[in-house]
Amino acid sequence: MSTATVDDHHDEHPGFFKRWITTTNHKDIGTLYLLFSLLMFFVGGAMAMVIRAELYIPGLQWVEPGFFNSMTTMHALIMIFGAVMPAFTGLANWLIPMMVGGCDMALPRLNNWSFWILPFAFTMLLSTLFMPGGAPAGGWTMYPPLVLQTGNAFPFVIFSIHLMGISSIMGSINVVATILNMRAPGMTLLKMPLFVWTWLITAYLLIATMPVLAGAVTMLLTDKYFATSFFSAAGGGDPVMFQHIFWFFGHPEVYILILPAFGIVSHIIPTFARKPLFGYSSMVYATASIAFLSFIVWAHHMFTVGMPLVGELFFMFSTMLIAVPTGVKVFNWIATMWRGSMTFETPMLFAVGFVIMFTLGGFSGLMLAIAPADFQYHDTYFVVAHFHYVLVPGAVFAIMAAGYFWLPKWTGHMYNETLGKWHFWLSTIFVNLTFFPMHFVGLAGMPRRIPDYSLQFTEFNTMASIGSFGFGLSQLLFAFIVFQTIRGGKKATDQVWEGAEGLEWTLPSPPPAHTFDVPPVIK
Amino acid sequence: MSSHGENSYYIPHGSYWPIFMSVSLTTLLVGFSLLLNEVPVGQIMMFVGLAMTLFFMFQWFRTVVLESEHGTYNEQVDLSFRWGMFWFIFSEVMFFAAFFGALYYARILSVPWIGGAGSELTTNTQLWAGFESMWPTNGPAELGGDYKIMGAWGLPAINTALLLTSGVTLTIAHHGLLENHRKPLIWGLVATILLGVLFMACQALEYYEAYAHLNLKLSTGVYGSTFFMLTGFHGMHVTIGAIMLTVILFRVLRGHFTPEQHFGFEAVAWYWHFVDVVWLGLFIFVYWL
Repeated sequence: MSTATVDDHHDEHPGFFKRWITTTNHKDIGTLYLLFSLLMFFVGGAMAMVIRAELYIPGLQWVEPGFFNSMTTMHALIMIFGAVMPAFTGLANWLIPMMVGGCDMALPRLNNWSFWILPFAFTMLLSTLFMPGGAPAGGWTMYPPLVLQTGNAFPFVIFSIHLMGISSIMGSINVVATILNMRAPGMTLLKMPLFVWTWLITAYLLIATMPVLAGAVTMLLTDKYFATSFFSAAGGGDPVMFQHIFWFFGHPEVYILILPAFGIVSHIIPTFARKPLFGYSSMVYATASIAFLSFIVWAHHMFTVGMPLVGELFFMFSTMLIAVPTGVKVFNWIATMWRGSMTFETPMLFAVGFVIMFTLGGFSGLMLAIAPADFQYHDTYFVVAHFHYVLVPGAVFAIMAAGYFWLPKWTGHMYNETLGKWHFWLSTIFVNLTFFPMHFVGLAGMPRRIPDYSLQFTEFNTMASIGSFGFGLSQLLFAFIVFQTIRGGKKATDQVWEGAEGLEWTLPSPPPAHTFDVPPVIK
Repeated sequence: MSSHGENSYYIPHGSYWPIFMSVSLTTLLVGFSLLLNEVPVGQIMMFVGLAMTLFFMFQWFRTVVLESEHGTYNEQVDLSFRWGMFWFIFSEVMFFAAFFGALYYARILSVPWIGGAGSELTTNTQLWAGFESMWPTNGPAELGGDYKIMGAWGLPAINTALLLTSGVTLTIAHHGLLENHRKPLIWGLVATILLGVLFMACQALEYYEAYAHLNLKLSTGVYGSTFFMLTGFHGMHVTIGAIMLTVILFRVLRGHFTPEQHFGFEAVAWYWHFVDVVWLGLFIFVYWL
């Protein structure tokens, strides 16, 4: 193979299957990730619809309790590992090389593999729905000893999680290598766009915690099949030990699900406020502080498990500390908008919606952080309301904002602004109708992960169910808008948005397959 | 790409190896799952999947090695590989951290609690009356029956010496490579591989001793669990490391690597030293203390 033949492939035009299966191009791989994420968003969403249909009125009407629990478990696993994480990785693939002035990701073949593990992992996970004993039903947190009662599905779940972990770790290694090694000359670390910064820190969290999850589920596997007793007190182990190891992964994981969203919003708000981001370096330091704190707060998920008092106190105070850097971020976004000449195109609507509703979710998080109060809230719908506020109008809204913001760059077409605004308002109204009542039923004591409930919770549950059906249907509009934009529409300019700044906006819309072959020089 | 000069970044061809790897790994894992569910076809499927995985790994690495030998990688690509390997090893460190965490948790917290330490007196009197906290232990139910512990100063001490020596011989080989002296390079590598293999042999002997004479098994409570999982995963990593060193030895014999460009060698050396350090942790916390 001579150097000359090595270069030939830039002019290749492989067929459909060969192109998408063998691609080493960050833009193609980014597209694959994003479309896969959209698909999983609907699969996980369908499961949420089953849950809300069952909870529409008290009593058991549609599904068996075991299947209901499978739905809550699978909904969580699919939304976390199949929808939100791949969406962020897809965005990272599309955007990071363009934002740092690199020609591609640092390790393109590994990049391909990171994606192409996912369809196999999720086929394995979804196949458990059809197995004797059913899909896993012990919750996505997989606490033993309950999860050890899973039927034939058990090893499939464990190994699919291993595969997802391999995919995430390899993807993150690629992101870190790209950011550290592919920046254009002059792009110093503190000149990097914030999406790049937040992803650098996210990737670090992933590399540090996904192996811990792999270890935890491996111990579950050996406890079930190879007679080890990590999580059995009879042998000197402890079921609570699993919770510690799991949440050592799990808490950084929730920041993995939100830090890239912070980055996205930090691009969109300055663009539509037509002002530079307020407090760039404080944003970077706040992100790093959140990442550091994420490693020392994990047991706030376990306040009621019977920890020593010092443990309760330590994890309570460390958790409350997170409000400081998060508050810095929220104030910075607001200060960026302050006296800006703002317009409210769809990405900006989603970004502003993010700031308001994510902050609401953050506040309920602070309530949960107070250990004595958490004894009341633990395992109620209040917790469900809390994490759905940070993940749906938080992470998911940010991903949609990113979609509207960068779709014109990716496809070369403007999306339909009217439909986009409809999508935003429908989503916002319905998401609040779905999740806000959950605060009330939760505070009143309705437990989570139960298919039936007491009569006094009926009205709020019916409201939540109607909201969720509306939210689910509204997302079909999103899929329609995305595919409509891919197929055609008004030509997008290179800069797309009047106030947009950054290297990706200097490229044509859509960008050619290979960009920044010659790195730009950053002043 | 019009201006594809000497210094531009190498974007590799499209490749089928990743998808083949995914298919192979899935075959391996579905086979293993079926085996655990006692479905007869599982075992065959698992071994087929394993063979496929190894074959495609070999092919993938072969492609990369050939590209490297044709000079397609510049310094920037080399640095990407280095960052990649560094973070991969970091992820491995965190994988072991999970099991070390389990060991410390059992020794410092859960076993004393079952024995009634701190505010857990009722745990002891109500649930596990008569259990006295100690380490090692197979728990209040004495899972696996009577056993003897694995002492630190027999085979494990020899193993420690073997691995530490192998770290020295590998460094000798590395210096040989840097100074372009082939003799220390080749014999340093050979010695490292032999020491690695010897380590594995001792480890196998130790496992045999444990199962045959000490009644120390994977099922011997939390002591057996942590002992075999930690040493087992470590042994697996030594095996992988020894295989990688062997590949490097063959590459050296074929004249690969120069004093300036030898990422493959260094990556494997890093990996070997990482395995070394993990062993020191094992020796101290699993065998000795």
